[in-house]
Amino acid sequence: MSGISYKSGREPHAKEHRVVFRNVDRKGWDTSIKSYLAEGGYEQWKKALKMPRQAIIDEVKKAGLRGRGGAGFPCGVKWGFIPPNNTKPVYLICNADESEPGTFKDRYILHQDPHQLVEGMAIACFAVGASLSYIYIREEFPEAAKIVEKAIAEAHEKGFLGKNIQGSGFDLEIYVHRGAGAYICGEETGLIESLEGKRPYPRIKPPYFPAAMGLYLCPTIVNNVETLCHVKHILEIGADAWSKTGTPNNTGTRILCVSGDVQKPGYFEVEVGKVTMGEVINDLCGGLKPGRTLKAVIPGGSSAKVLRADEVFTVGRGDDARKLTIWDIPMDFDTLAACGSMAGSGGVIVIDDSRSISWVLNNINNFYAHESCGQCTPCREGSLWMKKITDRVVAGKASPTDIDTLYGVAKNIDGRTICAFGEACSWPTESFVEKFRDELVSDTRPELEGAIVNAETLTAAAGL
Amino acid sequence: MSEAKTDLVDVQIDGVWYQFPKGMRMIEACRQAGVEVPHYCYHPKLTSPGNCRMCLVEMGMPPRPAPGAEAPAPDENGHLPISWIPRPVIACANTIGPNMGIRTTGPLTEECRKGVMELLLANHPLDCPICDQAGECSLQEFSVEHGKGESRFREQKVKKPKNVDVGPRVRLDDERCIMCSRCIRFTDEIADDPVLGFTDRGSHTVLTVYPGRELANNYSLNTVDICPVGALTSNDFRFQMRVWFMRETNTIDTNCATGCNITVFARENKIYRITPRQNNDVNSDWMPDSHRLNFHWIESEARLTEPLVKDGDHHRIAGWHEAIATAGDKLSALDGSEIAVIASARMTNEELLMVKRLVKHLKVGHVDTVARVGEADGYLISADRNPNTNGVKLVLGLDDPGSQIEAIKLGIEQGRIKAVIALQENLVDDAGFSAELLGKLDFLLSTYPLANATADASDVVLPGACWAEKSGTMINATGRLQRLNKVVDAPGETLESWEIIRDLVQVTGGGNGIYAVSDLFKQLAAEVSEFKGLTWGQIGDLGLPLIETGVTIPALDREKQRIASGLIVG
Repeated sequence: MSGISYKSGREPHAKEHRVVFRNVDRKGWDTSIKSYLAEGGYEQWKKALKMPRQAIIDEVKKAGLRGRGGAGFPCGVKWGFIPPNNTKPVYLICNADESEPGTFKDRYILHQDPHQLVEGMAIACFAVGASLSYIYIREEFPEAAKIVEKAIAEAHEKGFLGKNIQGSGFDLEIYVHRGAGAYICGEETGLIESLEGKRPYPRIKPPYFPAAMGLYLCPTIVNNVETLCHVKHILEIGADAWSKTGTPNNTGTRILCVSGDVQKPGYFEVEVGKVTMGEVINDLCGGLKPGRTLKAVIPGGSSAKVLRADEVFTVGRGDDARKLTIWDIPMDFDTLAACGSMAGSGGVIVIDDSRSISWVLNNINNFYAHESCGQCTPCREGSLWMKKITDRVVAGKASPTDIDTLYGVAKNIDGRTICAFGEACSWPTESFVEKFRDELVSDTRPELEGAIVNAETLTAAAGL
Repeated sequence: MSEAKTDLVDVQIDGVWYQFPKGMRMIEACRQAGVEVPHYCYHPKLTSPGNCRMCLVEMGMPPRPAPGAEAPAPDENGHLPISWIPRPVIACANTIGPNMGIRTTGPLTEECRKGVMELLLANHPLDCPICDQAGECSLQEFSVEHGKGESRFREQKVKKPKNVDVGPRVRLDDERCIMCSRCIRFTDEIADDPVLGFTDRGSHTVLTVYPGRELANNYSLNTVDICPVGALTSNDFRFQMRVWFMRETNTIDTNCATGCNITVFARENKIYRITPRQNNDVNSDWMPDSHRLNFHWIESEARLTEPLVKDGDHHRIAGWHEAIATAGDKLSALDGSEIAVIASARMTNEELLMVKRLVKHLKVGHVDTVARVGEADGYLISADRNPNTNGVKLVLGLDDPGSQIEAIKLGIEQGRIKAVIALQENLVDDAGFSAELLGKLDFLLSTYPLANATADASDVVLPGACWAEKSGTMINATGRLQRLNKVVDAPGETLESWEIIRDLVQVTGGGNGIYAVSDLFKQLAAEVSEFKGLTWGQIGDLGLPLIETGVTIPALDREKQRIASGLIVG
């Protein structure tokens, strides 16, 4: 990163390792193709066009690139799901519907380095054989849509998109598609339905794996913005070099978005697993606010299970087993999963002792009740129910039994829905009740046990 | 089971091994094994969205051995052990595979069902006492079978639109809707009129009709039938009768040659509702609204209830004896060549056999039926709006029913035909006979359920039972023999046509030993080769193919395509 200087006050922390975010907040950098080309832009695209497609897929597989959208699924493996005897068109969709609360990384790629995404997409499209590709940008990113549209137009003008690109015989068009403000459009099959012009109801699976049956029932690859950007860098330095960053099975860098009760919230690109939660909070973010103590961390976007500050986590098996405090957790996919949560979308939400857990949970429940698509019963009815119970907990109108009900409702959603939203909306409640039951119960009033809490019943009981 | 056919797979359902075709939906395999899996959104004639989650079951497959580990050994019957998956799966959209295990009982499945029931009822208004669906509501049924019996829901319920006019015949209560989307899929996939959809999201999702449109297609009431709850109700039926008070009769629709299989719901001799009855060779699960609602006239003030005899300018009530005797006198005085019989292709085969007897006995010179031709709708409605044209051809022996009507008119005009026996047809309104022309006759006898212009011109008017008041058989457009079953008693002195004709034959000196309609069916089975050896019982509730006509039903053709493409179970 020699020779790159960043805007004052926006300099990366020494523990960061900027790859995808190399040009974010960079001094003298703009979103024009001129800026991008001056830094070797589209060279990897030109290189890719001369490579055998399988070689690109193999390289991505070898790099061990795991999806940065939330599930952490190996990208190259996903690409390999396209049926080998396929005769239909293949589509590639960039999921820029970044809507998990606590996550704000893709927006900076779109806003400040759109050509990096276009190049990554182009390479990925060539690798999977897609000549038509979409960037699905959430409604809340109007500027990003304009910037990406401009970048696509510039790339077109320079002959990096369009017909017979660089004389390779390969055609590619990329279109921006705007969302309309629904969280569920970030779910890949919901996104595909939305792109088809329908309500974004996630599809039942099986039988519909998008790679086999996606957009317009054709093989479709859906990748996150950050993931697609990494494809360019894998090609640039090679899978071996790329996978030397990060840790085994958790290779590369990823962008953490830290929000909540820290001195300096923000985005930080780090090698996966090379920094701990403690380093994230104390070093990258400048520590907790003065006089506060850590209460909990939600490590991977609001749907990830909460980690309690005083928990001791046992990770690894047999001889490898070791105990970790929350401060020691390396920020990678596998360890966070072993701690009972997930790395998710990289959104780290820090909660200190000034926060009421009831309020935090209610805030999350509010979001999921508002965003449930309503297609399947458990999530449709359960997410609003959970929100209504925590509304009462916050208002001091709940009894301890309501906390049991709250937990029971979450358990009735988890694992029983069409898409992962069921888990997204029930995991916060499950983990908050499991880990902070005492505090939640302390916000309730035992004398309200059995009291009538809804106006309808009250009216009926009064004989009105 | 080791010698299993390649297209069959072994499936264990609740501990018992079965063999079913590979690729069959789990829910259908369970059904065939005699195990009902509760469901709301699944309908075998529609695509499966898997949204209600009521059919969640526990599923297992043979364990996958770790690399290098030994594969599990099959037992003496060739079955591998089953490794149960902790996450439940929907039985409606998933298909069976080799050595699969399905548990429809046990803690996981039961907890899932209890959970889904509680969630479905959380925002449901629970207004069963005033709900038309009560008594035939899947929410009620599965609550009893699979629910918790009590709810933990204490919050304010979500308020939604009620009493919404979604179309001329269908009414919507959004608070009762469980968002199963059956109606949406029906209007889209079957009726080709996708006017229904959901708006808003989460718990606030509402079923609604597209702005500026209405659910007005001629199949709209099928959405009421498939609605598993009381969200969609029929304007015609709502609040008319509690469903448990009604008696159900399986019979067939007589509004066209398709002969949709139907169930007629009646109480105390009054029909309240008609719904389609599944027959995959005739009407699938559907029927047109226009046919379904065409029953209120049965209770009309204009029903004929007594035999009438013309006395000067007026008709007076006469007993059956006098009316038949009057007709007998008039007909005996004429030569057969001076008599025309105009029967109806709405008559049953048994009645048509009796017509044949009358024609033979009186040596009638002119016989025909009235053709009714409309437009085929490309779904279930046949262009032939008579239900038994094939019976007319086969039993009465007419090659081209309706072709002699003009000749009969000419015969009356020219005075060659002096008497007409109009059986269950309104010659003036439905066959183009003018009252003036009928005035030229010496004798006109008509039978019909309703008073009409032909009755007005008749010398003897006899009340004939309508389709709901008699039993018999008919042959539909595809050549299928189907049973018409009596639903209600005919009003007053009304008789079935076969009885009337039998009496006419007897009074003119023809003897016969017919005392019940079943006697006529026996004679059909003896005399008409296509009926040879058949019994009433053999026909059953679904009928049986009798003759080849080459006619197919468009809605069924499309259904077969959807089954073949795997979209639906069928």
